[in-house]
Amino acid sequence: MSSQQQGLDALVAQKYRHGFVTDIESDTVPPGLDEDVIRLISRKKGEPQFMLDWRLQAYRHWLTLHEPDWAHVRIAPIDYQSISYYSAPKKKDGPKSLDEVDPKLLATYEKLGVPLHERARLAGVAVDAVFDSVSVATTFKDKLAKAGVIFCPFSDAVRDHPALVERYLGSVVPYTDNFFATLNSAVFTDGSFVYVPKGVRCPMELSTYFRINAANTGQFERTLIIADEGSHVSYLEGCTAPMRDENQLHAAVVELVALADASIKYSTVQNWYPGDEHGVGGIYNFVTKRGECRGANSRISWTQVETGSAITWKYPSCVLTGENSVGEFYSVALANHYQQADTGTKMIHIGRNTRSTIVSKGISAGRGQNTYRGLVKILPSAEGARNYTQCDSLLMGDKCGAHTFPYMEIRNPSAVVEHEATTSRIADDQLFYCRSRGISEEDAVNMIVNGFCRAVFKELPMEFAVEAQNLLSVSLEGAVG
Amino acid sequence: MLSIRDLHAQIGARKILKGINLEVRAGEVHAIMGPNGSGKSTLASVLAGREGYEVTAGSVEYLGRNLLEMEPEERAHAGVFLAFQYPVEIPGVNNAYLLKAALNAVRRQRGEAELDAFEFLALVRDKMQLMQMDESFLNRGVNEGFSGGEKKRNEILQMAVLEPKLALLDETDSGLDIDALRVVASGVNSLRGPDRAIVMVTHYQRLLDYIEPDFVHVLSDGQILKSGGKSLALELEKRGYDWVRQEARVA
Repeated sequence: MSSQQQGLDALVAQKYRHGFVTDIESDTVPPGLDEDVIRLISRKKGEPQFMLDWRLQAYRHWLTLHEPDWAHVRIAPIDYQSISYYSAPKKKDGPKSLDEVDPKLLATYEKLGVPLHERARLAGVAVDAVFDSVSVATTFKDKLAKAGVIFCPFSDAVRDHPALVERYLGSVVPYTDNFFATLNSAVFTDGSFVYVPKGVRCPMELSTYFRINAANTGQFERTLIIADEGSHVSYLEGCTAPMRDENQLHAAVVELVALADASIKYSTVQNWYPGDEHGVGGIYNFVTKRGECRGANSRISWTQVETGSAITWKYPSCVLTGENSVGEFYSVALANHYQQADTGTKMIHIGRNTRSTIVSKGISAGRGQNTYRGLVKILPSAEGARNYTQCDSLLMGDKCGAHTFPYMEIRNPSAVVEHEATTSRIADDQLFYCRSRGISEEDAVNMIVNGFCRAVFKELPMEFAVEAQNLLSVSLEGAVG
Repeated sequence: MLSIRDLHAQIGARKILKGINLEVRAGEVHAIMGPNGSGKSTLASVLAGREGYEVTAGSVEYLGRNLLEMEPEERAHAGVFLAFQYPVEIPGVNNAYLLKAALNAVRRQRGEAELDAFEFLALVRDKMQLMQMDESFLNRGVNEGFSGGEKKRNEILQMAVLEPKLALLDETDSGLDIDALRVVASGVNSLRGPDRAIVMVTHYQRLLDYIEPDFVHVLSDGQILKSGGKSLALELEKRGYDWVRQEARVA
C-alpha cells in the first residue's frame, strides 16, 4: 500500500470519528467532493480499475464545467461540497415505526393504495430492506436467470459482468455529456443493470423503486439497459421520497441501448417530494435519460408521469441510428403549488425511415410552472424520417404558467414533421356539468384531468396506470376552489 | 315539492328574474314558455345551482329544504336534475365512466349500495334501448363530437339512469329534428310518475305535443305573467306572446 493510500485511509477514518462517533452501523461519507471521495466510493464498492478511471476522468472533466442556466426554472444555488456522496442505510436514523412517521405522508400512501409493509419502507422506517444508494434486493433474479436475463444492482454488474458494463457504459450518455450527467459519472453509487440476450422476451416487467431516504444525500443512480438483437423488455421505475425541509439533489443517468429488432419500453412514475404548499423543500430532479436505437427496426418508448419534485429537469430522448427504428415519448407532467417542471424530449433522427412520436400533456395548478421543451432533429442521412408531436397544456387557476419551446432542426428535405399544440383550462362549465350530476368538485377535477391525460395513461402498464391516476388526484388536492 | 317565492336573481348588475312565484307538486309536469331573454334558462340555472347568478331576494324550498343553500352536487343527491340546453364536452372522459360515477355518487347519498360494472351495464343498456342509442356511445368521450341531437338524447339517458325526483329540462327540444324529438319525448314520458315532477323550459309549443304538461306558465321579463292548462300553450302558438304582455300591463 502506498503512503498516499495510507494517508487517505487515515483521513477517512478521521472524518468518520468526527461524523459518527457513536453510530457504528452508519456508513455515510462526510459531505464534500474530491478525488479521495471518489476513490473511497469505488473502493467501498469493490470496483475494477476501469471503473475508477472512468469516474476520475468524469470528475476532472466536471471541474471544468459550469451549471447550465438555460432551463425555464428558478433555482437556489446548490453547494456541491455540502452533499454527502455515499450513504448506506443507518438503522438508527429515521423513525423506528410507523407511529413516528408524519401522518400527512402516511395519508398520502394510503390514498395511493400502497400496501402496509410498503408504506413503512417508503416512509423511511428503518426496516431490514435497504434504501438510498444501495439497491433493494431483486426478488425475481432466479426466474430471470433461467431466461438468461441479467437484472441486478449496478454495483453487482460492475463486479459480475464487467465486460458488458465496460462496453456499454457511457456509450449513449458519455461522461462529458452535461454538468449533471458528468457529476453522476464521477460519483454514482448504484442503480439498475439489465441485459436481455438475443431473441429473448423478458418474462416479466422489471421494476425498481428508487428512493431518497437519508437527509442531505444526493441520489446519483445510474441505470443501463441493453436489449440485444430481437429481444424485448419493459422496465418500470417508480420514485418516492420522504418529506424534508431542505432541497435534495437527484442527478440520475439512464442509458438504453436497443440493438437490431429489439424493443425497450421504459415507464416512470416520479413522485419525489415536491416541497410543501409554500415551496419549502423538495427534490431537485435533474436527470439525463437517453436511449439509442442502435440497430435496424429497433424501438424505444419512454412513458413518464411526473407529479413530484420541486424542480423537474429532464428530457428522455431517443437517438434513432438504426434504419426504420422508432422512438416514442409519452409524458404527463404536473406542476402544482410552487413546483417547476422543464421537461420534454429529443428525437435525433440519423437512420433512414426513422419515426418518432411525441405526446406531451402538461398540467399547471397553483403557482406551478410547466415547460415543454423538445427537439426534433433530422440529420441529412435520415431519408424519409417522420415525426409527429402533440403538445397540450391544461391550466388550473390564474397564477400558474404553461410554456412550450419546440425546437426543430430539419436537414433532410424528405422529412415530414408535424407539431400540434393546445392550451386549455378546466372550464367552469365542465365542473358545473359534473357537479350537477352529483359528482363532487374534487372528483370532477380528477375526472377531467385524467381524461386530458388518457392518451398517455393508456401507454402505461396496467398497475402503473392506476397508480398514476391516484397520484394525480393526490397531487392536485386543493388545486381548485 | 318545489316552492318558489318572489325569486329575484341577477348576473352582475343585470336583473333577470324579478319576482318568480311557482308551486310544483309531485306528479306534475310544468311547462315554462316565453320569448328569448325572458329568463327561462336563468331560472333553470338558478335552480340547479350554477355559479355566476346572484339571488337578491325570495326563496326556493325543495322537499322542505332551502334549495339555494345547497351545493350543485347536494341538489343532485337530493334528486334535482338539469338537462342542459348546451351539454358540455369533456374530452377523454368516457361517457359510461361519468354516468357510473354520477349514479354511484347519488346512490351513496341515498344510502343505497353502489353498482358494480356489470350491474351498471345491465341498467344502462336497458335505458339506452329506450333512448334508441347505440352502445358505442358509452365508450365515447362525454359529448365529445356528438351531434346536437345525440347530446340531447344523452342528457335524457342520464336522467333516465339517475331517476331524479325533480327534472328540469332546459330547451331540450332545441336543435332536434322530428324523429329525435319523438325519441327524447318518449324518454321523458317514460319517467312521468306520481313521485316525480318535471319542469320543462321551452320556446316552442312543438315539444308539448309530445310531452303533455299539466300546467303552462308564460315567463316574460323575469316574471310569470300568466298560468293555465295545456290550452294556454296552443293559444300562445296561435297568438304569440304579445297579447299576454298587454294583458298583464292592463291588469
